[in-house]
Amino acid sequence: MLEVAGLEVRYGAIRAVREVSLRVEAGELVALLGANGAGKSSTLMCIAGALRASAGSIRLAGEDVTSTSPEGMVRRGVATVPEARNVFPDLTVAENLRLGAYIRRHDRSAVAEQRDKMLALFPRLAERSSQPAGTLSGGEQQMLVIARAMMSQPSILLLDEPSLGLAPTIVDQIFEMIQALRSSGLTILLVEQNAAKALAVADRAYVMRLGRIARKGSAGEIRAATDLHSLYLGG
Amino acid sequence: MRFTIQFVVDVLSLGGAYALMALGLVIVFGILRLVNFAYGELIMVAGYTMFLVSGSGLPWLVMAAVAVVMAIFAGIATDYVAFRPVRAKSVTAVLITSFAFSTLLQNAALLFISPRPRVVPLPEIFSETVQIGGVITPLRNIITIITAVVLLALFAFLMRRTVLGIAMRAAATNFTMARMLGVPANLIISSAFAISGLLAGIVGLLWIGRIGTVVPGIGLEPLLVAFIATVIGGMRSLTGAVLGGFVLAFIDTGLNYSLPQELLKFRDAFTFSLVIMILLVRPEGLMRGPASGQRT
Repeated sequence: MLEVAGLEVRYGAIRAVREVSLRVEAGELVALLGANGAGKSSTLMCIAGALRASAGSIRLAGEDVTSTSPEGMVRRGVATVPEARNVFPDLTVAENLRLGAYIRRHDRSAVAEQRDKMLALFPRLAERSSQPAGTLSGGEQQMLVIARAMMSQPSILLLDEPSLGLAPTIVDQIFEMIQALRSSGLTILLVEQNAAKALAVADRAYVMRLGRIARKGSAGEIRAATDLHSLYLGG
Repeated sequence: MRFTIQFVVDVLSLGGAYALMALGLVIVFGILRLVNFAYGELIMVAGYTMFLVSGSGLPWLVMAAVAVVMAIFAGIATDYVAFRPVRAKSVTAVLITSFAFSTLLQNAALLFISPRPRVVPLPEIFSETVQIGGVITPLRNIITIITAVVLLALFAFLMRRTVLGIAMRAAATNFTMARMLGVPANLIISSAFAISGLLAGIVGLLWIGRIGTVVPGIGLEPLLVAFIATVIGGMRSLTGAVLGGFVLAFIDTGLNYSLPQELLKFRDAFTFSLVIMILLVRPEGLMRGPASGQRT
């Protein structure tokens, strides 16, 4: 479904991502693991259209989508949840969700139906629907950005570090929800530092190191790999 | 009592005009983090359009509508000419291109029309007066207040209740994130410029209505007023811009009433001293803008 080949992302002279190739099949949950600064987020943001690729290609369902704008990627069914839990703090929870359905705004009944589905999956958001999103807790904000991304009814979801900076019990909840989304047939590319958590839900995984793919395989293979620690610690 | 009514009417009518001017500037600034220095020329465009269509014999309201539409077009043109080509590349470049566009429009008016003031048609109603609680005041002031109230209400409705408005508020907080939800960048920016042009056009008609003539440099004072009002209000907050407009009008009107005759010509010096004092106490302005913000 998603096919990335020879991708390179530069920040000035620094090549943050080099020759990255990966693929995600329909209905799969693929994890992209690695230490801080390995280039995971840059890869994800580049697929989302928020960063420009300096080399390589990104194909979505056979169509070349390299250097498509972020809004163009959403229209093609790719929803992105960036790392920083980017809720719009001054907008209410309901307004945040409404904005998530921007590309579907003319189909009011479908939007309402999708919103009810998301509020059922994240009941906390229903309680806080008219509150400014900035007043939510970290975990609630993470739920909101995932629900907001899902409002566009994407065929593939790009998730960047959903567990970052959250308490362990909240992390468990978030991963339960990722599991629920996945079993509804959604294709997910998950970037995580928390390898154990990610591998528990993933079908396959790629491990990045210093901007390159250092290892790939099924979740079981990656988990069994003894050098996982050294990949993280740069040994 | 009569003094109070007079004062309140003066502050509200001047403040209404200032608030609309400031709002037109801040709507673009909030999203792009760039001051549109060609903003004053939108008012000039509205003025000269009135002058050019004055011989047509159309009803005044139709001429006014044409002038406002031209200001909207000029606003959108600002985006296409000065902003879009260099927006993603350099802040400094946009600063210069928006100055250049401003100068270009002013010089076009100098060259093709005249450096001398040109008379703008005004409706009868602008020169009539009305009596409120024993105070005689120009009807124009009341029209300004009503226009400001209607436009501010309309604007608030647009920003709170429509998807486009919510998207514009979101884009002012985090443009990239808004785009990652499918909000098209160019549509949002063009809409902001169009709204800026609409506000400038309408406020321009009211502004020019005070003097009845238009000159190439007419936009300078509104630009300055809008800029100061947004600085007082807090640069990135829409509510702040409106508040800043009224605060500035309060200061100006208050000084008009209280300064002795021989000091009146130095009114601006007193105004700016007070603005500096406000900023010393509240360096961020009266209202804080959205929490985070990145440029694109």
